[in-house]
Amino acid sequence: MNMSKKEYGEMVKKASPNSRLVSNCVKAFVVGGLICTFGQVLYAMFGALGAGREMSGTLVAVSLIFLAILATGIGKYDDLAKFAGAGAGVPITGFANAVAAPAIEFKKEGYVMGVGAKMFLIAGPVIVYGTLSSMVVGLIYYFVR
Amino acid sequence: MQKRCGAQTVLFANPVGIMAAASIVGPKEGEGPLGAKFDRVEKDPMLGVESWEKAESELVKAAAKAAAEKARVAMDDFDYIIAGDLMNQSTGSIFGLRETMRPYLGIFGACSAIGEGMSIGGMLIDGGFASKVLCLASSHFCSAEKQFRFPLEFGSQRPPTSSWTVTGAAGVVLGAAAGPSVMGCTTGKMIDMGVKDAHNMGAAMAGAAADTIAAHFEDASRTADYYDLIITGDLGYVGQELLLELMKKKGHDIAHKHRDCGIEIFDRNTQDTHSGGSGCACSGVVFAAFFLERMKSGEIGRILFVPTGALMSPVSVQQGESIPGIAHAVVIENVRTCGQ
Repeated sequence: MNMSKKEYGEMVKKASPNSRLVSNCVKAFVVGGLICTFGQVLYAMFGALGAGREMSGTLVAVSLIFLAILATGIGKYDDLAKFAGAGAGVPITGFANAVAAPAIEFKKEGYVMGVGAKMFLIAGPVIVYGTLSSMVVGLIYYFVR
Repeated sequence: MQKRCGAQTVLFANPVGIMAAASIVGPKEGEGPLGAKFDRVEKDPMLGVESWEKAESELVKAAAKAAAEKARVAMDDFDYIIAGDLMNQSTGSIFGLRETMRPYLGIFGACSAIGEGMSIGGMLIDGGFASKVLCLASSHFCSAEKQFRFPLEFGSQRPPTSSWTVTGAAGVVLGAAAGPSVMGCTTGKMIDMGVKDAHNMGAAMAGAAADTIAAHFEDASRTADYYDLIITGDLGYVGQELLLELMKKKGHDIAHKHRDCGIEIFDRNTQDTHSGGSGCACSGVVFAAFFLERMKSGEIGRILFVPTGALMSPVSVQQGESIPGIAHAVVIENVRTCGQ
């Protein structure tokens, strides 16, 4: 075909509809905000029940992770994420979903090579680079302080 | 008689009859605009078995059985079974057909499988190497998502250019029969237009579809006027727009004759399928349930059926390779008398 890949790329760009950036951002902002607000409500609640600051924080994280995994298990979290995008992906609930979803999907391949090996298929890179970047930040902090 | 015609085309000495075609689909396809036309709509996407891969194999098995029954051919009478799907090492086809005990040819042409199968099957029969061939193609939304994208329950958003893998399987029985018959085929070349976006397969395949259709016109000295319809596999809305534009640049206006199985199978306004349907089953089941029936009723007489495939793997995409497309054209015409 006497058409360069670049020319075709231009054609493709013209023919391909774009994602709805503004409405996607608004939805992500609102839902992500609601999840965080819900976490804050839980935090206040645990505080009122007598848990200290640190304990309340841990309990909030545990509660949100539990709810996200439950929602993943009953097949609802992906619906929320489809609507909210990054709003459902960025909070801790998104991380829980990213671990639970492959664990469910690959259970058919057994508990070792399936659940065990594939559970961190999506979350693995987050853990690896999260740890790495916190090390780098820690080193910088150590020398710059 | 010289059957080879030009660089990529063969025209058969005798028409190869389509004895029957069967389509089995999942629930979402059943809710689509063609829902009532399929031979069977499964209510449970897992078909009562314990994994998506096994469910796809069940679909293959069911489509093979239904096609054989509709054609009134015993499974033991097939000289060849040709099947293709999207799974690694043809998992869907192999485990659906392992009990057939018939000569088996496994093919991979991504979503162009049914076109590749019908081309090979037609050549086997016209070459005198077989009298009855069963061609199958299958795909399953969930097994495809698991292999090519993300686990099903992982929350993510699909871009508007993405397509929805059809859950289903189609079987086409080639042999001796009057009515719609395979008259020849144009085997596609791999065409790489440099598209790297696995969420825009229509764009990756449009170049191949245009190349094959133009090659067919050139080889057979035909134009779009020869056909009532030119039907591509799963270009979707994005790919259709690109195909029509590419064909225009090649000097062929096929806009009024073009249909795409990926556009026909879902209602994009109510089914949230973005650019349209895709997968090996897409072209297979839409051909079997819709276009073949329209030919049988006499409403259309000649079609160029061009299933399209995006030849990528999760590994090739991750390694930054662009996606080569392929398209196989099958000439199907209504003939009054049985050719073979």
